Amino acid sequence: MTKVETHDPILAEITGPTPGQMLRKRVFGHQGLMIGAGVLVILSVIAIFAPLLAPHDPYAQSLMTRMEPPVFLGGDWEHPLGTDHLGRDYLSRLIYGARVSLMIGVIAALISGVIGTAMGVAAGYFGGRVDMVVTFLINVRLAMPVVLVALAVVAILGGSLQVVIVVLGLLLWDRFAVVMRASTLQVRGREYVAAARAIGASTPRVILSEIMPNIANNLIVVVTLEMAHAILLEAALSFLGLGVQPPTPSWGLMVSEGKNMMLFEPWMVLIPGAVLFILVLAINLMGDGLRDVTAPENRS
Amino acid sequence: MLLFILKRLGLAVLVAFTVSLISFSLLFMAGDPAAALAGETASGEDIEAIRKLYGFDRPMLVQYGDWLVSALQFDFGESYYFRLPVSSLIVERLGVTMTLGVCGITFALLTAVPLGVAAAIRPNSIIDRVALFLSVAGQAMPSFWFGLILIVIFAIQLGWLPPSGASSPAHFIMPTIVLGYYAMPAIMRLTRAGMLDVLSSDYIRTARAKGAPEGRVLFRHALRNAIIPVVSLAAVQMGFMLGGSIVVESIFALHGAGFLAWESIARNDLPTVQALILVFSMFYIVFTFLADVLNAWLDPRMRSS
Repeated sequence: MTKVETHDPILAEITGPTPGQMLRKRVFGHQGLMIGAGVLVILSVIAIFAPLLAPHDPYAQSLMTRMEPPVFLGGDWEHPLGTDHLGRDYLSRLIYGARVSLMIGVIAALISGVIGTAMGVAAGYFGGRVDMVVTFLINVRLAMPVVLVALAVVAILGGSLQVVIVVLGLLLWDRFAVVMRASTLQVRGREYVAAARAIGASTPRVILSEIMPNIANNLIVVVTLEMAHAILLEAALSFLGLGVQPPTPSWGLMVSEGKNMMLFEPWMVLIPGAVLFILVLAINLMGDGLRDVTAPENRS
Repeated sequence: MLLFILKRLGLAVLVAFTVSLISFSLLFMAGDPAAALAGETASGEDIEAIRKLYGFDRPMLVQYGDWLVSALQFDFGESYYFRLPVSSLIVERLGVTMTLGVCGITFALLTAVPLGVAAAIRPNSIIDRVALFLSVAGQAMPSFWFGLILIVIFAIQLGWLPPSGASSPAHFIMPTIVLGYYAMPAIMRLTRAGMLDVLSSDYIRTARAKGAPEGRVLFRHALRNAIIPVVSLAAVQMGFMLGGSIVVESIFALHGAGFLAWESIARNDLPTVQALILVFSMFYIVFTFLADVLNAWLDPRMRSS
């Protein structure tokens, strides 16, 4: 992209900002999006480099140093955020907990995204009976209480990170299906789809290279929302004792373990809950921001 | 209208049957229910006897049919743990959950609708920003964490409210706030969007032009139309909330149906779990059905779709 230096207003309008430049301007000018994405990048880096960043082994117990308070409550810098009831370093557990939360969010959203998008696009594109079946399945799925079913299935299969991820992935596809169905219905009748069909493009090709790129913006927004949803659900399941099992450092589990000490050491509940809140808030801010900057009505 | 109701009713019944099939099949995901019931120390003959006693030796479809026929008569068998009929257990516990659900949705509506209206009247004002902040925060707030914070502040530090139990109305204040705040963001956003949309319409301009007082324009003309989708969203949220009450009830030790579900799952009490999944689903199905009918009644355009 060569930038043309000119003072001619007409020429400036013709050679004016390209769609890419305008998109970049919208993205970098959106406060919520930048804050959300920034926090998310920082937390992802922390999760990826957890072994390098954590000051201690998150599983190492020490009976001599149990329940030490964080620095700001009179603790020492050996354990900046204190230690839990088994003497494990709280900061290290928080850092490794970011891995658990992000992994659950990303993989569960990926699984449910594939299922929901396939269903939604098929329903929107083919219509008729396919649409009827998919709409019915969405209705059934919505009628099932998510927390209850997830708890029951995890309890039956045994709580582990893999089980929780797969169960959430298999449960949270409803919003993908609803949004992708509606988006496909909207673009299905456009000229470029008709044109692709007219030149003899096969159905998979029309869907992959004409429909999908044009509904991708909505898909990204739903991915962020469902990531946040999956992370919150995992935390709730682990809090109830039927999600990820100890000694895995899950933030929900940490809140649950801290709950018993809440009367005297409220920070044990406050700290893991606060980082969970910040992570979900960041993802939601990014999702809302992406919706704002990619919405066609804001492109003018 | 009648045709719409019948069609919608047919769908609701079909969904209900599918949900019942899924919740029934949970029993068999667990492996051999007879072995689980007999316990670890049971001999092979004991397990066989239990299998006969509970009828687990029959074909699965027959068992499902049996279970469904009884379920339709509100008979869900006996709880493995309490050794009591599941239906009476649920009835006993449902009162607390329903109270919590009604209080929660009332709290959500009473905070979300005024905030949404105020935000829509002055977009980008302080109130709009506060409303947006509250809704963004509400969507990211882990409800169990929010509940524990309230307990720390209002029960432990200030000592104003009881931390757990359900013996007085004061016991319901914190659970209501936690559950209501969960439903508030969606209702607030919809109210705001609906009001913004309606306020820019022609008939509002007409009402203003003929000199109607502002309060009358806002509440008689605008809110009345903007509130229609909110009513049905509230019904759907109510269905979600009953299912979501499991977390809130466990934090505040409210012994409602959600708490029963949690206990039963932890105790592997499958008949109770199956029945509760079905009951919570039924509430959702009934609420969404009522919401759709109400919508069609209020807005004739909905009937054709």
